[in-house]
Amino acid sequence: MSDHDSDQSGPVPMMQKLLDNPFLLLFIGVASPALIYLVWGLAEIFTVPAR
Amino acid sequence: MANTTQMLNTVFRTCPDTGLKFHGPAENLIKANAVAAVVFLLIGGTFGLLVGLTRWQAVHLLGAEDFYLVLTAHGLNVLIFWLIFFEIAVLYFCSAVLLGCRIATPKWAWAGFALMVIGAVMNNVVVLQGNSSVMMTSYAPMEAPPLFYLSLILFAVGALIGCFVFFGTLVVAKNDKSYEGSLPLVTFGAMTAAIIAVFTIVSGAIILIPTFLWSVGLVGEIDALAYRLIWWAFGHSSQQINVAAHVSVWYAIAAILFGARPLSEKVSRTAFLMYILFLQLASAHHLLVDPGVSSNFKMFNTSYAMYLAVMASMVHGLTVPGSIEAAQRARGHRAGMFTWLRKAPWGNPTFSGMFISLVGFGFLGGITGVVMGAEQINLLIHNTLYVPGHFHATVVLGTTLAFMALTYWLVPVLFRREIIFKGLARWQPYLFGLGMTGVSLFLMGAGTLGVPRRHWDIGFAGTGGITHEFPAAAYTMLALNGLSVIVAVIGGAAFCVIIVGSLLFGRKLGDQKMEQAWIAKPVTDEEYNANGGSAYAIPGTLALAMIFFVSFALYYFINWKYLAETWGIS
Repeated sequence: MSDHDSDQSGPVPMMQKLLDNPFLLLFIGVASPALIYLVWGLAEIFTVPAR
Repeated sequence: MANTTQMLNTVFRTCPDTGLKFHGPAENLIKANAVAAVVFLLIGGTFGLLVGLTRWQAVHLLGAEDFYLVLTAHGLNVLIFWLIFFEIAVLYFCSAVLLGCRIATPKWAWAGFALMVIGAVMNNVVVLQGNSSVMMTSYAPMEAPPLFYLSLILFAVGALIGCFVFFGTLVVAKNDKSYEGSLPLVTFGAMTAAIIAVFTIVSGAIILIPTFLWSVGLVGEIDALAYRLIWWAFGHSSQQINVAAHVSVWYAIAAILFGARPLSEKVSRTAFLMYILFLQLASAHHLLVDPGVSSNFKMFNTSYAMYLAVMASMVHGLTVPGSIEAAQRARGHRAGMFTWLRKAPWGNPTFSGMFISLVGFGFLGGITGVVMGAEQINLLIHNTLYVPGHFHATVVLGTTLAFMALTYWLVPVLFRREIIFKGLARWQPYLFGLGMTGVSLFLMGAGTLGVPRRHWDIGFAGTGGITHEFPAAAYTMLALNGLSVIVAVIGGAAFCVIIVGSLLFGRKLGDQKMEQAWIAKPVTDEEYNANGGSAYAIPGTLALAMIFFVSFALYYFINWKYLAETWGIS
């Protein structure tokens, strides 16, 4: 039923390598919202003209 | 060699019912976190009853000061303490138990647990003292005593330690080769929750540490807009940990009860990846009327990026019931469109709780979340009771019910005690689900009529001059909400009584196998391929998905119509 098969021979696809690397995913999962949400948002708030 | 084997045998036990291998320290940590979770659910749920009975204008139980105190305690106990304690238990279960390995650094895990307990208890004490009624959001410049912020920091540090113990356990499992190939899907989902948790807790530290320093006078000022932006990276993302965790629980229950395999592991894993990338960005919907951030920021975060996470939820919402349907059809329930669903074990609280959680999360929580995330129509309901209505559908109907469902299965496995009051347990998910559906719907109804989310009294008694009158329907909605709260609290109390009672008085199972099978045998390829592979077709789930899409589209456009009526175009 499932199409996942860890016994498949041949080179491991890039996407599979990514999904099998918890620490790379951890880095992406923290860095991505940190940039898109926190850094972008704070940059906008702190560049609002004082008056 | 013999000594090592002997030592391992004393540290590990194999569950006679499920065949799962439990590492002793991991098992104790799971038990401790799960028990702490239920204690804080009990405390938070009791406060929730008081909130509901105060919002019910005819009852209006508490005075203003007590109301805000109780609302603060309710939010923190159920949204933070109950859920995160349980999630740490889920993380340890999905790593050490599902991967069949030892838990990494149990001493650190216990230190994390101790910090969480100290933080949660300290927070309750500080809030109950009465001068920390700043609500869960604790928006600066509204100030609470330093211990309030310190308690949350301690709790967060403890939870962060728990997350790293989880990641450490993944490393242990890989080194010990306790699994081959990729992580099991349920563990992968738990890892998604842990990743979101790390971002959440780090964000919490970024804002709570300076706020703590501000409360002790070491920092001069906290920027109110920056506080809101960073706090919501903590406050809303903590609810996204719940989403990833309860979706993992859905997959686990589908496998446990039906022996179901995911329709496509690749698709399900990709959906979890979309959670990792985009789910936290939903935090921005709390800022949709904030003046400091641009529409570009708001729309990118809550629409373009967030919709990819919504799509991921829809993928899970299709593949979990789809995998159950496929398994049921493979096991012979092939007739018609919904025989597979009719023949599901509706009397088993693990299944009924999980399925009500899935439907409630999708239809009520998911659809309304997208409506709230659209910048224009958000204006209709921003900061109204619609918001608590939405998150009671996601976090309580979705997450809490999924966790309750899993607990019914876990108690005999983990504690080796039989569940007591089985008749009551059969009804409990329906009671809790019905009550919480009512709470969500009626709060959202009141919100649509403009009732503010943070006001103690919509009659504005004692405000000295506010004369706004809400329509009578708003009062009716709040009364119906109060009644629904009572039903939900009875359901929640029944859960606590059953679980605590089972732990204390349930028949001890020891090494004895239970009479009924506690885990279904995985469906085999032969079973899936029987009858020309008809199990691969999932018409019932697709029909349910179509009903979902039609409801989604209708509700979305109805809200645009409401908006058009609010500001007529001449």
